[in-house]
Amino acid sequence: MAEPETPEAAPAVRSDRSPWNWLLLFPIVLPLLTPLYNHLTPRLFGFPAFYWLQFLFILVGVTTTIFVYRMTRRVTR
Amino acid sequence: MSDHITEIIIFTFLFLLVSGIGFFAARWRAPQDMAHLDEWGLGGRSFGGWITWFLVGGDLYTAYTFVAVPALMFGAGAAGFFAVPYTIIIYPMFFLILIRLWSVSHRHGFVTPADFVRTRFGSPTLALLIAITGIVATMPYIALQLVGIESVLKTMGVTGDSLIARHLPIIIAFAILAAYTYQSGLRAPALIAFVKDTLIYIVILVAIVYLPYKLGGWGHIFDAADAKFKATAAPGDGILLNANNQMQYVTLAIGSALALFLYPHSITGVLASKNRNVIKRNMSALPAYSFLLGLIALLGFMAVSAGVKPLPGNKAGSLDTNTVVPLLFDQKFPSWFAGIAFAAIGIGALVPAAIMSIAAANLFTRNIYKEYLKRDATDADEARVSKIASLVVKLGAVAFIVFLDPQFSIDLQLIGGVIILQTAPSVALGLYTRWMHRGGLIAGWAAGMALAFWMLWKIPNAATGRAHFGGSAFPLKDFGFDTPKTVYVGFVAVLVNLIVAVVATFILRGTKTPEGVDGTTPDDYFADEGDPRHERSRVTPAAVASST
Repeated sequence: MAEPETPEAAPAVRSDRSPWNWLLLFPIVLPLLTPLYNHLTPRLFGFPAFYWLQFLFILVGVTTTIFVYRMTRRVTR
Repeated sequence: MSDHITEIIIFTFLFLLVSGIGFFAARWRAPQDMAHLDEWGLGGRSFGGWITWFLVGGDLYTAYTFVAVPALMFGAGAAGFFAVPYTIIIYPMFFLILIRLWSVSHRHGFVTPADFVRTRFGSPTLALLIAITGIVATMPYIALQLVGIESVLKTMGVTGDSLIARHLPIIIAFAILAAYTYQSGLRAPALIAFVKDTLIYIVILVAIVYLPYKLGGWGHIFDAADAKFKATAAPGDGILLNANNQMQYVTLAIGSALALFLYPHSITGVLASKNRNVIKRNMSALPAYSFLLGLIALLGFMAVSAGVKPLPGNKAGSLDTNTVVPLLFDQKFPSWFAGIAFAAIGIGALVPAAIMSIAAANLFTRNIYKEYLKRDATDADEARVSKIASLVVKLGAVAFIVFLDPQFSIDLQLIGGVIILQTAPSVALGLYTRWMHRGGLIAGWAAGMALAFWMLWKIPNAATGRAHFGGSAFPLKDFGFDTPKTVYVGFVAVLVNLIVAVVATFILRGTKTPEGVDGTTPDDYFADEGDPRHERSRVTPAAVASST
């Protein structure tokens, strides 16, 4: 691990970069595609698709952030 | 009045209980020395996962949200459901940004977003603009929490008719809140948030099982809402979006999401956590509140289905739709449970109000008082000034509600969301790149603000018959496009802000205008718990020669 104080910071040893981070785009874009879910049917427990699909997107977001967190966790600190 | 007596007793009991907790909080995880902004204003920067979850959840999802979102659903239908996509996209969006902000703040002891901007861009002026924007955006937000409490008090019938009688309960509530915030700082809302959120979760879980049972099932609730919107003349409502408001729905979700974590009070909540992993894990845990918010939004449709008629507003002939949820609870729940529900909303207002006033006070202390009034202020000075400033901020919020039309606070909060968004290029992008010139950021900020105010000024409100500041949905035909579509003001303004900032950066760089010194190093953005902190006074150009 780099000394935190190195003045002329050579290429930072620590980084948040990871290809897994691109997955985060998915739950950002999905809820913004209104044509995808702006429908009445199919209904689920009486909920029009517009409503239950957006509730479902919450779960998509949670799953994605958990997954990215686990894949990018720093192993040693 | 007398039929509300059970509700009033339970409400008062729970309110007094959390007030006691608020005062006790000063001794909870007590530091050796409270006379430091890190302690009073950030709870020692030591909160773990659970505390952060309750604190930030209680902070972002305010009482006003819980009252206003269902009111919007009640009035306009699907358009009000934007709160759900908004609170979905916010977490993946900020997953990486917030940990950078946390790290650099941990390293340099930043308390406010303006602290960061000052060091990053070497510009006290830019920092001052960010600080003022933050304070101006936060003040009406605090006032709106009072609107949340008031809707409950109104339903319980404890508000009189004269100016004083109408507001006395709120003034008392806020005086108590001010006292324990003064004493305990951020620890008070952190501890109270446990009670508040537990109550809210219980109330909503009961509501979504019990109310549909009483109202004939979810299908029936949606059908009733559908029937209501079909019967009205207004073209924009309905249980689905229509061709003209989809762009508004999407841009409002993006804009609101971007704005939310730029608000000083959200940043206060984030900086109070103890390490990066606490924040990352919370980005997965906080959506539980989004789920809750979606269910709360649907209370608006339940109110339609139950035939709730909103109480009259302050002006003759107007209706206060903010009362639909309290009325729904009042009519459908047994009175003891309605009392608990009302307490949940009332206490729900206290947590964000406390955090917001602390955040605004910190901005004043760090970026105005210390920067311009007393440069050699000690840590104890800072803590003392912040405590007093938090009292002034709350006094201001109460004055807003008592002396001005509450509609004015709602308008201001709308403006607040748009203007806080104008700090995005400096704060959010600034965490990634210092490419922008400080002068360019100032120019972009000014352009974004000017455009935002012009657009908001142009929007009329059909429902209240006013010609200006009637909402945030800007008709594109006012830009000369031949379409009935609308777009969210903040979204357009921040795009223009960015473009101006980029163009001005090229110009300023071409003219060799000094750029200021970046007080941060690349590695600062990855620092974690246990990494040494820079002493504040030691951030000199010599120590930070790199990265331009």
